[in-house]
This record gives sequence, C-alpha cells and structure tokens, in this order.
Amino acid sequence: MLLKDFFKHLLIYKSAFAGLIIILILVGLSIYTIVALPYEEATKLWRAGEQYWLDNPRNSPPSWINFFLSRKLPETIVLSTDRNQPGVSKAIISVEGKFSVIRVEISFNYEYDDFPSEINLFFKSNFTASAPKVTVSWIKPNGEEIILKIFLISKDYSYYISNDENLVRDLISAISKKFNKTFEYGAPLPLLLFAQEDESIFNPNTAKVTKGRYKLQIEAICFETGIDLFSKLVIYGKVHGWAGTDHLRRDLGIALLWGAPIALSFGVTASASTALIQMFIGAISAWFGGKMDTIIQRITEVFMILPFLPVLIMISTFYKFSIMVLLVVVIALTMFGSGVKNYRAMFLQIKEFPYVEAAKAYGADSLRIVLYYLIPKVLPTIIPSIVLSVADFVFLEAALAILGLGDPLAPTWGKIIDDAFTNGALYKGLYYWVLEPSIMLAAASLSFAMLGFALDKIFNPKLKEI
Amino acid sequence: MSSPLLYVENLKEYFEIRRGPFGKRSYVKAVDGVSLTLAGREAISIVGESGCGKTTLGKTILRLYEPTDGKIIFRGRDVTHLGWRELKWYRRETGLVQQDPFGALPPFMTVKRILEEPLAIHGIKDRKEREKRVYKALERVKLTPIEDFINKYPHMLSGGQQQRLVIARSIILEPKMIVADEPVSMLDASVRIEILKLLQDLQRRYDLSVIYITHDLSTTRYFSERIYIMYAAHIVESAETKEMLVNPLHPYTRALLNVIPDPDPSNRFMIKEVPIGEPPNLINPPAGCRFNPRCPNFMKGICDTKEPSLIEVGKGHYVKCWLYD
Repeated sequence: MLLKDFFKHLLIYKSAFAGLIIILILVGLSIYTIVALPYEEATKLWRAGEQYWLDNPRNSPPSWINFFLSRKLPETIVLSTDRNQPGVSKAIISVEGKFSVIRVEISFNYEYDDFPSEINLFFKSNFTASAPKVTVSWIKPNGEEIILKIFLISKDYSYYISNDENLVRDLISAISKKFNKTFEYGAPLPLLLFAQEDESIFNPNTAKVTKGRYKLQIEAICFETGIDLFSKLVIYGKVHGWAGTDHLRRDLGIALLWGAPIALSFGVTASASTALIQMFIGAISAWFGGKMDTIIQRITEVFMILPFLPVLIMISTFYKFSIMVLLVVVIALTMFGSGVKNYRAMFLQIKEFPYVEAAKAYGADSLRIVLYYLIPKVLPTIIPSIVLSVADFVFLEAALAILGLGDPLAPTWGKIIDDAFTNGALYKGLYYWVLEPSIMLAAASLSFAMLGFALDKIFNPKLKEI
Repeated sequence: MSSPLLYVENLKEYFEIRRGPFGKRSYVKAVDGVSLTLAGREAISIVGESGCGKTTLGKTILRLYEPTDGKIIFRGRDVTHLGWRELKWYRRETGLVQQDPFGALPPFMTVKRILEEPLAIHGIKDRKEREKRVYKALERVKLTPIEDFINKYPHMLSGGQQQRLVIARSIILEPKMIVADEPVSMLDASVRIEILKLLQDLQRRYDLSVIYITHDLSTTRYFSERIYIMYAAHIVESAETKEMLVNPLHPYTRALLNVIPDPDPSNRFMIKEVPIGEPPNLINPPAGCRFNPRCPNFMKGICDTKEPSLIEVGKGHYVKCWLYD
C-alpha cells in the first residue's frame, strides 16, 4: 500500500520514469546475461585468444550499420566440408587402391559492395606417412581460373590466402601486364581476387566488386588410401554480429553484455555499502563522543587526504586485482571518507532529540540506539544520494579500467574502452568500439542520476525550489 | 512513614565547560546539593522557572546523567553509580514523560512499535505477550478504540493523543516511579487538565509515585502532595501542597504565587509585581543566598555573604531563607 503510493508519487516525475525504465532494461539484460552466459564461460571466451575467434573478422563494426550505408559491407562467409552446407561438395576418388584424389568444391554468392577483409583456408587431414599434395584454385564468376598455390599440407594446416605475398605479386604483375599500367598502391589480395578487372582496379577508391558466384576448388592427391580431408574457407567480412569485434577478433557483445551486471552490481554495492558504513561510523562517532569521536575523526581526516589513485596503484602492483578485490579496496578507501563528517554532523543533532533520551530512559543500549533510533531517522534523506552515487561508482570502475587498474579478466565496459584506446580505435576510425561501451556507461549513470534527482525531490521536499 | 521509595541526598550535577584545549575549566552547577524524599504512591512537584535546574534534577534522578556527587537510593538500593547491567533494572522501575510529546516519539515508528520497544529491550520476546501489554497500556491511557491507533505514526496523532502515548510508553514496564517533566506545558489548555487527571488516575490506581516537574504552580495542586520550590540549583522551600499554597514563606515562592493569573475582572488594571532581574548564572552564582539580587526583603550584610540553610519552620515545611532563621 505504502509502496504503491510511493511509486505513484515517484512516477509524477518523467525523469524518474525514464530512469526507472533504463534501470529495468539494464537489470533485465543483466539477468539474461547471467543466465545465458555464465561468468566463467564469458571470461574464458574473453581470454580465449585469437585461435578461438579465428572465424571472426578483425576490427569490424556491427552488422546493423549496413542499414545506414549505401554500400553494403560484407559479412563473414564460412564454408566448411563438415557442415553439409549448400555449395560445398566433396568427392573422394580412389585410384587403383594405392592412392586417392579428394576433390572439394566450395562455391558461394558474393553480393556485397565492398571487398572482404581477409581470406583464410584451413585444412585437417588424417594421413599417416606422406602428406597429400594440394592444389587450390580460384574461379571467378566469369569463369577465369587462377591457381592460387600448390603445396603439401600437414595434419593441421592453415593457408592464409590473403597473406600470400607471392600470390599478390603474381596477380599484380599479371594485371599490370594486361593493362600496361602499374599499381600506385599496395593492392590487398581480397581486392585482387574480387575486383572487376578494368581500369578502375588501379585506384583503391574506384575498384569495384564483381558480384556473382565464386568457386574455390581444392584437389588433394593423397598417397595413401582411406584419407579424409577437412577444409574450411573463411571469407572475412567487414561487419560482424550486433556489436562488432575488436583487434583480437573477439565479439564485443560478450563484454557489452557482461559489462551490465558488473557495472550495476559494482555501482550499487559500492554506493550502498559505502553510505551505510559511513553512516554507521558517523553515528558511532556522534553517539559515543569523547575519545571514540576523536579517534574516528582523526582517522577520517587521514583518509580524506590519502590520495585515492596512487594508493590504488600501489595496491594493484602488490596484489592481483579481481573485481571483488577492487570493490573491497574501493569501499575500504572510501568508508572513512568525508561522508563520515556529514553523517556525524547530522547525528550530533539527532542525538539530542527527546525520543533518543526517552529510549535511553527505558533502557535501550548504545548499539540499539545507533541502529534503531539514529540511523532510521536519516536513512530516507540519504536514499537519493545513494542512488545518485551509484553513477559515480559505475564511472569509477570504468575510469579505473581505462587506467589499467581494473580486473584484467572481467569483460567490462571500461575494459573495452581501454582496449579501444590502446589500439587507436579513434585514429583508425573504429568509432563503434568506443561509442558502444560509452553509450552503455552513459545510459547506466544517467538512469541512476535521473532516478536519484526525482527521489531527492520526494524525500527532501524542502530542496525542491533549488 | 515506612522507608521511602526514593531518597535523594545532597545530589549534585555539574557540567564541565572548557573553552579551547588549554582554556580554564569551569562548571555549570545545574543541581547543587538537592535532597528530597518520595514515598511510595506519593506525588511531588518540583517547581521553578526555566534554567533553575529542575529538568536536570529529574534526569539525574533517572540516571540519564551521571551524578557528580550525592546519593540516590531507590527501594533501598543505591543507584547513584550503578553499572550498565544493574541500571537496566532501574530503567524498568522508572519512567519518563517528556515535555514535547512529538519530539519524544520516534517519527519513523508506529504506535505499536513504539510501545513494543521497551518490552523488547527488557526481554519480553513472546509476540502475543507483547501485544497483550501494548493493548493494556493503550487502554490505561484511554487511547481507544485501540485498532484506530495501533498502526498510526506519531504525526497522525493530536498533541493530546501523542502525550497519552508517551505516558503509555512510560508505564508499559509497570514502573514504581515516573518523572513527568513539564508534561502539559506544550499542550493546549483544553487538554492539560485531561492529561493531569490521567496522570493522577494512573498514580492512584497503579501504585505509582510521580515526580512532577513544572514551572506552573497552578497545576501542581491537581495531584501533588508535596511541592519543592527550586531556584538556581537549590531547593529553597518545600512543604505539603496545601500548606505551601496557603502559607508561602520564601520571597521567591511568594513571587511565584503572585504571578498566577486570577480571572477576576476587578484585577484587570492591576499590575502584578514580579521580581526584577533574571535567574542567576549557574557558573558563578551570587554569593550568599542565591536569590539576594532579586529579593524584595534583601538584608544587606546577611543575605549576600552567607548561604542560609534549609530549616524546618512548621510541620514538614522547610525554607532556605535568612528571614526565618
């Protein structure tokens, strides 16, 4: 009943409504994240290294930016022989029972307006003694065939087509000869394989994609029988997923999702526990007075002049930081903060209220008076400031991560910004990398700020005019 | 008279004042050598103007302040310097009714919670038992129908109802003695008599002793049997109520009685004589009799040099004045 009235009162303020909606969305997102992607799994994925993410393009913006672009950027195409995908065929022909030929044909439609970022080909084979000899050839939509490379494969072999310098050189000289013109720029291999072969190819800005059906043929001559060959072609696009990827090909979505529960729980826990601990210390200081008061006040003054950041840096050099340790350290460093002085001032007043004297007269002990008589009196007035400072602590966590003082394992918003910063995201024009976590951070702190201001108006109506 | 319920002897309560860390120490002598006795089922009044130390006296008797000197003996037990654990017993045996009823009630607790607090503190854990006693207390102070009040917050009650609640809280532990510190001075004139009648009724019915502290002599006659007049931390006169009202001896008592308004139309142009000046500073009280700078019967060379002693002038009538020595 009381709660219902309270919400009715609260929702008069549109800012509170908006803030509450954002908070609810973030909380929903956090619950979904925790259920769908447990923390251990998320950190494992996040720290898995590039091998795990090998099917993702590097530094790619999210795929939905295609909605806003006239040139459609390519998505990643993964075609593999063990997935039974259309366009992928494999034939094993054994010859005289001594050796066999494995023929793989991978074909796909390429309908994008921009070139892929990379092309890789992965092999796995189960031979015992002699390695199969593989010929890889590329067939363009117009039927032109280019032999990319002929080589022996190992049991686990990767052919990074786009890194094949020889192939690039050969293709460039072939095209230069054809048009009697030299390349003025270092044409990357995806461009050479996908571009229309005319005058436009000599300028990176005019080079156009040949749309249509491409084919990759793999012919492996095996000198044993019963050999199977697994092959996978990855045409890396320039957009990926709903969040994009970073320099290690990781899906930023993981960190964006996990950033929400971490930021919320860090902010709320730090803010609420700091306020409650400061209040308790302030109340003890005011109630007992005398020596206790002097000691607490001197400790508070020492803590107030302790430089927060250097102390944190010092601790981080001696101890491994996890998000829990960071939380404890932040609370420990702020619990004797200036808030203690404010609360003490409030409690010095409340302490003299007749009802406290009455409580003493009917036998309440000091702990009971502090907990049941002093603190409940100020609690409603400080709830707004607790909510407001949630935003501060969310920002603090992000700022510390950017300074390299965060949890190195946890995928957080601050960590993404840190990665983006150290890898020159803005210099390279990868705005999404910085904007996505920043927007989440801004939304989280804005929501708590809006709610906090509205709560302030309700709990402390005398300040309404200010 | 059997042994008294409360016996206070030469009670002193000094508050230390120090200006700056190396400043000179001085003391506010709020209560300076007060003695009084209170029999079981007796009601006494302590009367004096603001700043005379009467509230401090009441609170010191309740051990809300640590007495500087003197003795408080309650039911044969010396409670002057009781430790925390034994003090709990004394807390259960005594009650306090304060001046400002709204301030005396924690604003964030409901009526039920307010009344349950003393019970919880004194170890009554059974919820049913607590509820029973809460209902009983509310009935005794006539806050009925109880269901209307039990879940309300103090600010939803009127001043009179708040004071009834304060009284209910002070009697819920069934104490033997209550200190009522100006219980009606902040109430409407219309409810003053009701509250005083209630206190008197409770006192008679439940064997309570009451120390009624007031600045208003006119309300004392409603139930106190004995009046102590306090001036500048001293008891200057004490007598049975009737005797005191009929035959005041100390010049200060006379002055107090003189200023009680008398609703007689013939008095409308009369200007009452009020002792000039203000109550003395309790850090440096005047030498001799503390009333001497304001006294109409001031005798030079006597009153301002030596302090008079409390002498018995009639049966149970004591006065501290050179006029009767």
